[in-house]
Amino acid sequence: MSALPSASRRDFLRQCLTGAVALGASRMPEAQQAALTAKSRVVVAHDPLLRGTGSTVDASRIQSLLDRAMLARFNRDRTVDTPLAAWRRLVRPGDRVGLKVNTLGGRGIASNLELVEAICERLQQAGIKTGDIVVWDRDSQEMERAGFKLSIGGDRVQCFGSDRVDYEDDLAAYGSVGSRLSKILTRYTNVLINIPVLKDHDGAGVTIALKNMYGVIHNPNKYHPNGCDPYVADLNMLPEIRTRMRLTICDATTAMYEGGPAFKPEHSWKCNGLLVSSDPVALDATGWRMIERKRAEKGLKTLEAEQRSPRYIVTAADREHRLGNCDPSCIEVVEINAEV
Amino acid sequence: MLRELVRSQGERLPTNRSPRAPLDRRSFLMCALASGTALGELAVPACASPSALSSQSGQQTQNDEQFVVEAKFYEKLPNKKIKCKLCPRECNVGDKERGYCGVRENRGGIYHSLVHSRVCAAHVDPIEKKPLFHYLPGTVAFSIATAGCNVNCKFCQNWDISQSRPEQIPADYAPPQRIAALARQFNCPTIAFTYSEPVVFSEFLMDTADAGHQAGVRSIVVSNGYIQQDALRQAYGKMDAVKIDLKSFSESYYAKVVTGQLKPVLDTLVTLRKMGKWTEIVYLVVPTLNDSDAEFRGLAQWVKANLGTDVPLHFTQFHPEYLLKNLPITPVPTLERAKAIADAEGLHFVYIGNVPGHPAQNTYCPQCRKMLVERVGFTASTLLIRKDGSCPFCRHLIPGIWHA
Ligand code: SF4
Repeated sequence: MSALPSASRRDFLRQCLTGAVALGASRMPEAQQAALTAKSRVVVAHDPLLRGTGSTVDASRIQSLLDRAMLARFNRDRTVDTPLAAWRRLVRPGDRVGLKVNTLGGRGIASNLELVEAICERLQQAGIKTGDIVVWDRDSQEMERAGFKLSIGGDRVQCFGSDRVDYEDDLAAYGSVGSRLSKILTRYTNVLINIPVLKDHDGAGVTIALKNMYGVIHNPNKYHPNGCDPYVADLNMLPEIRTRMRLTICDATTAMYEGGPAFKPEHSWKCNGLLVSSDPVALDATGWRMIERKRAEKGLKTLEAEQRSPRYIVTAADREHRLGNCDPSCIEVVEINAEV
Repeated sequence: MLRELVRSQGERLPTNRSPRAPLDRRSFLMCALASGTALGELAVPACASPSALSSQSGQQTQNDEQFVVEAKFYEKLPNKKIKCKLCPRECNVGDKERGYCGVRENRGGIYHSLVHSRVCAAHVDPIEKKPLFHYLPGTVAFSIATAGCNVNCKFCQNWDISQSRPEQIPADYAPPQRIAALARQFNCPTIAFTYSEPVVFSEFLMDTADAGHQAGVRSIVVSNGYIQQDALRQAYGKMDAVKIDLKSFSESYYAKVVTGQLKPVLDTLVTLRKMGKWTEIVYLVVPTLNDSDAEFRGLAQWVKANLGTDVPLHFTQFHPEYLLKNLPITPVPTLERAKAIADAEGLHFVYIGNVPGHPAQNTYCPQCRKMLVERVGFTASTLLIRKDGSCPFCRHLIPGIWHA
């Protein structure tokens, strides 16, 4: 694990992805199966009344929106006819589930607390023990600044940053990336649910699902050159991430079309939505288009014209990575609106 | 211990430890100054573990703010962005973000160093270990580092500190005056900034060099030389001697293996020469990647044309580490070939490093060929050069600073 992938290592990984060895199809992450077979489904759920008459997100409305989005994501399978059935497709009792939030931008543009609470609620109803759920990001102080209350130990949902448990001593390496992984990922979880936010990024173009994995490693600063390409894609190839990643629930209650990743209220909009997909590439491609639409509406240039198009999303879908689909013809976008 | 000491690639931290366990790093720091005093009165840093976590006990955190000072070399840009002007990478950094090196952070449009006085490694080393062969031979240097580096060499032996963010590494608060006092206490005529990349802790380096000079202690730096000219003049202008790791003589190697550029490093060497700084060059020979005759010859010709024939050039042996574990140790004949080529181009002081007992670790008079300094391991066991810096046999002046 500690050396750069040699040709043979790459071949091995490629073989894994084609299902020839090791990771059999049953254990292959769904996004990669989709990338090889069917269209990837991305659910885009909106609720114009998500905040009622106030500015904060209403807990019961976001729970309901999440339920509808989960059902829409998993109801291809006819046995999935309730939100809980959808969650039970995703996790099993005994799983230790990590919810990777994004708190870098502070309260204004962090993963929404009500959303995270709603996810925790459903996970417990699906049979996950309370203490086996860990809400985490790279830094505890950043989490607190974003409104999360730290909780460590005991029979309650765990909530803390990687700073509390450090990173693995050994390097995990793939392609251009060699990093130490958070022990929260490697030692506290076997299932990863990614809960990024939808926002612009001054270097990478956008930061949504794939780039949220920068919060899993000890050295994200090393991977910002060249618009984070191919670093984001290489990072998401690490087996420790790939084999755990089950679902992305992107918080688009508030989103940013410019000025990210720090919170710039003047460049944010109340999108009042969620994006849900098992394919992080398809979700990123969809989120990118939403940001471009908002930029056009605001009279801003495209990210391509600003020379910061998120090329890493395309790389994540290429033949070497196959982390999901980014071609629109391979993505099924299911739009749902909450009942008003 | 000797085995570890001789494997100096860049400059490896002394390792009587498991390299990346926080507790061991901490132990190392304390062991480094083994007489039991030294940094002992500095604060004990955090050392979290899952078991500590579950009981919510044992959680100490470093007071990160005590290490934060405004950075010296940057430009403010619109929208609270900044452009760092310390190294050629010129990171454009948005609010709340850090540059590539991970130790400099934009807070509301003001750029900050996060590592002033944040010492994560300290050790008393022979100066030959830097290696500086023509600067106060036989003395020891009080050697310190903070976290961070502005490149990412795939062979780095100290990657656990150089490629980490400061809050990930146990560190002690050790302000400049304290470092100077410790150097004196341990009879070190020099403070050495080393192990990680001193470019990224320039503010601390400058203040510590000043404190050292006030206390009668000199300063040396072991660096990749990847720094902008203005910062170079200001920061390394305070140094008494410099060792530059010239990692290859090809831009493509710098791009692929180092994640940097060759040209600014060559510019650094030329400027140091103009500044009159005593400078030595180390070239780590990595099998198959930078070990061709053409590259050795090109390097030697460039050194001769731009720096002269008297600058010491050390060809050192690579050991597989970090992201280059798939390559073998550099064969000694390869190092000897490199030396032969540089000798033939007319360089006077070409050494072979990391090969204990090799005769090319000694210094010979370029005029009469007699041995003037004999080195055993990292100790100058014989020093025949006269007080005036001349050869005792033929009176030829041997370049360097030989005596305090
Ligand atoms: S010193 Fe650090 S922040 Fe500044 S340009 Fe270099 S890598 Fe970037």
